[in-house]
Amino acid sequence: MIAESGHYALVLALALALIQSFVPLIGAWLRDPALMNVARSTALAQMLFVGASFVALVALHVTSDFSVANVYENSHSMKPLIYKITGVWGNHEGSMLLWVSILALFGGLVAAFGNNLPLSLRAHVLAVQAWVASAFYLFILITSNPFLRIANPPIEGRDLNPVLQDIGLAVHPPMLYLGYVGFSISFSFAIAALIEGRIDAAWARWVRPWTLVAWIFLTLGIAMGSYWAYYELGWGGWWFWDPVENASLMPWLAGTALLHSALVMEKRNALKVWTILLSILTFSLSLLGTFLVRSGVLTSVHAFASDPTRGVFILLILCVFIGGSLSLYAARVSSLKQGGLFAPISREGALVLNNLFLTTACATVLVGTLYPLGLEVLTGEKISVGAPFFNLTFGPLFVPLLIAVPFGPMLAWKRGDLLGAAQRLLAAGIVALLALALVWAWAHGGSALAPPAIALAVFVILGSVTDLVERVGLFRAPFGTAMRRARGLPRSVWGTAFAHAGLGIALIGIVCETTWNSEYIGTMKPDDVAHVAGYELKLDGLFQRQGPNFREMIARFEVGRDGESLSVMTPSKRSFTTRGSSTTEAALLTRGASQLYISLGDVTNEGAIAVRIYHKPLVLLIWWGPVLMAFGGLLSLSDRRLRVGAPKPARAQPRLQPAE
Amino acid sequence: MRRMIAAILALALVGLPAAYAVQPDEIMADPAKEARARDLSRELRCMVCQNQSIDDSDAPLARDLRLLVRERIAAGDSNSQVIDFLVARYGEFVLLKPRFERQTLLLWLLTPLALGAGGIALWLQIRRRTRGGANVTPPLTPDEEAKLAELLSDRAKSG
Repeated sequence: MIAESGHYALVLALALALIQSFVPLIGAWLRDPALMNVARSTALAQMLFVGASFVALVALHVTSDFSVANVYENSHSMKPLIYKITGVWGNHEGSMLLWVSILALFGGLVAAFGNNLPLSLRAHVLAVQAWVASAFYLFILITSNPFLRIANPPIEGRDLNPVLQDIGLAVHPPMLYLGYVGFSISFSFAIAALIEGRIDAAWARWVRPWTLVAWIFLTLGIAMGSYWAYYELGWGGWWFWDPVENASLMPWLAGTALLHSALVMEKRNALKVWTILLSILTFSLSLLGTFLVRSGVLTSVHAFASDPTRGVFILLILCVFIGGSLSLYAARVSSLKQGGLFAPISREGALVLNNLFLTTACATVLVGTLYPLGLEVLTGEKISVGAPFFNLTFGPLFVPLLIAVPFGPMLAWKRGDLLGAAQRLLAAGIVALLALALVWAWAHGGSALAPPAIALAVFVILGSVTDLVERVGLFRAPFGTAMRRARGLPRSVWGTAFAHAGLGIALIGIVCETTWNSEYIGTMKPDDVAHVAGYELKLDGLFQRQGPNFREMIARFEVGRDGESLSVMTPSKRSFTTRGSSTTEAALLTRGASQLYISLGDVTNEGAIAVRIYHKPLVLLIWWGPVLMAFGGLLSLSDRRLRVGAPKPARAQPRLQPAE
Repeated sequence: MRRMIAAILALALVGLPAAYAVQPDEIMADPAKEARARDLSRELRCMVCQNQSIDDSDAPLARDLRLLVRERIAAGDSNSQVIDFLVARYGEFVLLKPRFERQTLLLWLLTPLALGAGGIALWLQIRRRTRGGANVTPPLTPDEEAKLAELLSDRAKSG
């Protein structure tokens, strides 16, 4: 019953989306407010129905209804409750349902909070949202129905892939999808602007906060996924330049560019045409990511060709939306007016430079990800494009970009003073050079590129601090005045500083982890001691333990430094009987921002166990950086001028009552 | 990330117990040579895995390749000789960083070309604008004209 209701709710959502796709457009054509307002109610109802459908699937998983194929294939009655819930999106069908649920959520939010939008703009935006939604509802209903029943229900399920039985699955995909799908809003606004042939003030005011919301979630989602891979996969890598990761990085890069160009558009009414294009590209890259991950084309071009229903369907969606929106752009772009002149050296100029480098970086990732696929299809030749390629091509693009980061906020709009900005950044530059000298002297071994990279990171961080210091006049004005000014600064200024500093912090983490990490690989017997980076790790022994749906072997390590005992670490290996597979649970010991990392290998015949122990200096900064960036985004979002639905005109002063 | 699914799928396909990348028994006695082997391993693909280097992978093929790399190093090969040997045996597919050749031309040149083209386009734009001079105020739409007229007449009435 629940499965059928869920299925039916999804069909109804499709029907609503189809209505929402056309009726508001007809309304806008006829200038009929009633018809245009249909969009609002259908968007809200759609959100409700998809939500119901999603809840139904969750209920099926929680109650372990193995008569439903999706539950049978991905769940197990003994699985802990949290993984029963997260298992809903730990598979193809469920994750597509999550995708459309989030799409409907965003559509519903626009409908609910869009009262201050011009009526025809809202109608167009919601219609475009409904086009996307209809396509994906059809995709789910035709090729990936999560509510399919099995004729002869089995008693027990096949369990969820053990690697996915982790709290990471609860957080990472929803975050990522909130980011991916969130960009659909700026896409819909862009298409609506192209259809209407005008971009008005409401457009710019609306696009930036929505982009910011999506960007915050995508930033956190990517960082979370990276940390998850780091602790779960067992070899301590945190970024692999895997096509699936690239699929999420591309919208992030384009989205970051969009965030900055939308700023120019909002403040200075310039770069309109470019911002529209970026909005289209960003969501197109989100769709491309969905295609890459969901079609199976990555596993192998041949696997894609042998079972093409899903892949071809998404490819079709991809072509229609990307091709359609770009054609519309090409046809209508000349009718959009350019505005806002600025000198090359200005805040706008810096943001344009940011866009140039970010889009180039994005193009690099795009070509690196798709090139092997294309080459194989065209010539049959197989090549690999992996981490060494990206490090060589992508990395250098960030050097000029990072050097420019502190200058951007220091330059004035319209016409900036580069020399003045340089003078203000002098202190930051000197400290960065000192850092370079210090790291050079202290570091023995490692890449010669590491000290300059650290110096660059220090420059970026101090540059952000300098911007704040300059704005509040710390050291020049009395302390109290400076503090008062600091409180009065727009939150977006604080947001910029935090986000930019986060960039530098992540860079320090990346450089330290890759350059100065130490490792120990060996077999250990109980009472053996391994020495890594000044720590002594003594293996106490091996123990067995029974978990809810797995057995695990735990190794107990006593960690000490200079003869002093610090802590106990217990890495383990879990074997899951249902799937006959196993996972390694690495043990992590955090010391400041650095971590010790142990993962277990196989037990040898003599009762010794293979272990890999890493010391990863300042590794946590890699993720603190993005968290700081997301926090900056949040601060910026809470800025008065961006608050969603903030009343625009100041309310009229209450008139003085005439005396009686 | 979802790469894990890929990793596990690869594992399931090969059907092997998990073991971790470089094994203790593979390590070379000479630390300098071992370091070279590790660096080379990071540039070589485990061909049965999804986009994993042989340094990361736990597949048996990766182990064979790691041992092969170490064998060649022990035999006195230079890094490029080791790479040539592996490419001769397994094809270009084994390289995670493709060589600069005819069919990878676009791959390697796209980044500088995109940056250059973008830079030139910006420069032209700036030149055109500085020559173009004044900012032309866009004309009002009929709706706006009507609204303006209304506002002005309101003011005329009240004033």
